Amino acid sequence: MLLRTPLYARHVELGARMVPFAGYEMPVQYGGVIPEHKAVRTDAGAFDVSHMGEIHVDGPTGQAFLQSVLSNDIERLADGEAQYTLLTNDSGGIVDDLIAYRLAHGQFYLVVNASNRAAVYGWLKEREPRGCEVRDASDEYGLVAVQGPRALERLDLPDAPAFTHAMGALDGVEVMVARTGYTGEQGVELCCAEADTEALWDAIVERGVTPCGLGARDTLRLEVCYPLHGYDITPETDAIAAGLGWACALDTEFAGVATLRRIKEEGPARKLVPFVMEERAVPRQGMPIEGGGEVTSGTHSPMLDVGIGMGYVPAASARPESELVIDVRGKPRRARIVKKPIYRKET
Amino acid sequence: MPAAESYPDDLRYHPEHDWARVDGDEATLGVTWFAQDSLGELVHYEAPEAGMTVSKDESYGEVESVKAVSDIIAPLSGEVLAVNDKVVAEPETVNDDPYGEGWLIRIRMSDPSELDVLLDAETYRAHVAEQ
Repeated sequence: MLLRTPLYARHVELGARMVPFAGYEMPVQYGGVIPEHKAVRTDAGAFDVSHMGEIHVDGPTGQAFLQSVLSNDIERLADGEAQYTLLTNDSGGIVDDLIAYRLAHGQFYLVVNASNRAAVYGWLKEREPRGCEVRDASDEYGLVAVQGPRALERLDLPDAPAFTHAMGALDGVEVMVARTGYTGEQGVELCCAEADTEALWDAIVERGVTPCGLGARDTLRLEVCYPLHGYDITPETDAIAAGLGWACALDTEFAGVATLRRIKEEGPARKLVPFVMEERAVPRQGMPIEGGGEVTSGTHSPMLDVGIGMGYVPAASARPESELVIDVRGKPRRARIVKKPIYRKET
Repeated sequence: MPAAESYPDDLRYHPEHDWARVDGDEATLGVTWFAQDSLGELVHYEAPEAGMTVSKDESYGEVESVKAVSDIIAPLSGEVLAVNDKVVAEPETVNDDPYGEGWLIRIRMSDPSELDVLLDAETYRAHVAEQ
């Protein structure tokens, strides 16, 4: 039995093609992946991300607890700030990547991947110390991302630094406005009470923001090299190989930190690299890379109109401009390693 | 602009959502409206080469959208006479005009009796309705 977000009826009314994703019936596209992708790059798009997990960690020991399980330095957050961070296992693998928001002293709010919601909640609850409470509030909230160069203008919101958040209202709906996203564009993620989600969505769409599905969400994030958990990063891959060392405060103590310090010192055996196809072909997850490697994410870039992807390759052959050969269903196809991001807006 | 749903009466259909337009001992092949709609906007056409032979019920190439890749199944056997280079260069032509400018290959049939088992438009429409 698939779950539905509070916006299920809206998606169906808008003619979305619904697919199963992380246990939810989610819109993969409305009009088409490519026009939705371009709407986000040139104007503004709205994504229902209510399937994502929201977990509260509250209490006087909450900050010390999160510092001991998350890779980034949570002590650097002030009220109203947020950070990208990793939940790591004892071998330095990535249980999930998430955003931690500090609401107030001793009050934190974590937004986690839908597919890992139960795993993250279980992980934290099991280790919950006296003096704080871990609570899965995922079913209490709706979450809508509005992304694109005109997102703020469309919503009449002032500019604010990335990774900050504040309470506010949009057309009468109370929302938490977070300056975060998964597209590489300016924008916000709006969290509201579950019962208000349809009103919030309607207000956003009435303001001329294009509804976008999971298809465009994936192509947008891959163009800017944001990793997808379960594909590019997993409990078996480490943050250093994945290029996420910047999200690991190795001078703090958390699960797996000793392993990560050693990998950083010695250098990872393989690295996650972004690449662009040199021949017409679309790379896909699981395709072998010649010389010992594998594609972890691949698609067709709507902005560049070529195949793009990310994959792990031996560290010795991970330099930008190196050539890769990818086995595309038995046919060798040339690709070139590039610097992050794969797509950068012309300025 | 994506085409509106249609299954022309003058074509023969394969249940794997491919069509054939027969002209003497030659046939033009392509994928149906249903196939292109299921895939979404096409971004790549991995085409066979002229001179190759294609076999009924077997794959002769691939079409890909952003989301997915699909084998193209030959509704008929024969030798490839021509490949539609316009679709190679602009795969979205298939979405715009699946039965016209979006044709994929032209073949010389090696066994015209294979036509007998292909579906007519009415039967194919019923097949699509069950999907």
